[in-house]
Amino acid sequence: MENKKELVVSAIENGTVIDHIPTESVYQAIRILGLEKYKDEVLIGNHLDSGKLGKKGIIKIKNKHFSDDEISKIALVAPFATIIDIEDYKVVRKSNAEIPDHIENFVRCANPKCITNAEVVPTRFDVVDKENLKLRCHYCEKFTTKETIKFSE
Amino acid sequence: MSTLKGRNLISITDFTKEEYIQVLDIAEGFEQNPKQKILSDKVVATLFFEPSTRTRLSFESAANQLGARIIGFSDPGGTSVQKGESLHDTIVMVSSYSDLIVMRNPKEGSSRYASEVSSVPVINAGDGANQHPTQCMLDLYSIRKTQGTLDNLNIALVGDLKYGRTVHSLVQAMCNFNATFHLVSPVELKLPSSVKMSIKDAGLKYYQYTDLKDIIPTADIIYMTRVQRERFPDPMEYERVKDSCILTADMLKGCKPNMRILHPLPRVNEITTDVDKTPYAYYFQQAQNGVYVRQALMAAILGAK
Repeated sequence: MENKKELVVSAIENGTVIDHIPTESVYQAIRILGLEKYKDEVLIGNHLDSGKLGKKGIIKIKNKHFSDDEISKIALVAPFATIIDIEDYKVVRKSNAEIPDHIENFVRCANPKCITNAEVVPTRFDVVDKENLKLRCHYCEKFTTKETIKFSE
Repeated sequence: MSTLKGRNLISITDFTKEEYIQVLDIAEGFEQNPKQKILSDKVVATLFFEPSTRTRLSFESAANQLGARIIGFSDPGGTSVQKGESLHDTIVMVSSYSDLIVMRNPKEGSSRYASEVSSVPVINAGDGANQHPTQCMLDLYSIRKTQGTLDNLNIALVGDLKYGRTVHSLVQAMCNFNATFHLVSPVELKLPSSVKMSIKDAGLKYYQYTDLKDIIPTADIIYMTRVQRERFPDPMEYERVKDSCILTADMLKGCKPNMRILHPLPRVNEITTDVDKTPYAYYFQQAQNGVYVRQALMAAILGAK
């Protein structure tokens, strides 16, 4: 049992831990952050017990620190996530993911008739409601919401 | 010289209230004297990626009356677009051949994107169900002309208030002028809550009705739109409600003497032809006003007014 616990929470020497990810959003978070192509160690835990969420996901990324822009992307799928920067096995920074005011490129417009879904046009959105996640497309002016959000490949 | 020189017109919210007024004032001058050859050194490109009769002819008539040369197409068939050229490449190319681009394209947001890649100003002549700002400008012109003011009016909007983009733009624009809105539509085609919210946010009032007769005595403007059969999943529903938004000459008894009926056209059966002969019908003059408003926009954007 002791061993099992050790595996789940095993510390990294240097890198980032993203904690408190909703279980259904773990793989989305991996995709948004481009970790599928990351060449160093990535540890993924899901459906772990959590006092805050009941069950949660966690991602540990060795030798990688994220920019504020990258962190804000995580907020779209995991608004309660905690981002923990580790250096020399010590926590050097702990921050919460925050939804930005503007989003570019990585979200697809939910309107199938939008020009961004017809041609190679980078998407741009204004975040009009952070609490309920409502994005207004800069081009077609239609809304993309939590229910309709999809991420670019 | 207008502050609109070099600007794009993509969405009705791109211009301020003062700028709408500026365009309407310039348009009034063109109504008095439409043939002013002030753009004789300019080339206007009209790119119509889908057919449109009124809008294209109105823009081309406006450009011609100002002496501008026109290049473009009324249908992408036979152009490089059909060969698969991207909108990006078409716009970059055309902007090097012209001083102003007028574009209609079925893809929503295409005009905003075109304005970002074009080296010359772009006027949106309709991007799918999204925006058609010059229609809204000519609606404002027609309202001001028939009422003598844009302020404090009772505006009745009738028909398909859910999908009608002209209705949404007109509501947005009239929120600047302390209007009271009277909304008449079948339950299935009510004004979307986001548009109603913009009325509330402006501190203004709206009232909802299902019977057109109820708004006749109060309206200064009755803005009619078409209720389309294809909007109803159940044909029985369409049959049940289709006559609730038809305006006939008989119904106009008791209306205000200043009341005028507008319609973005084409009309099908929602205004019976006996209304055409009444002094309240204004929809054909409204279409004519489109030429003056488009003259004003082109002249202002090209720095000739």
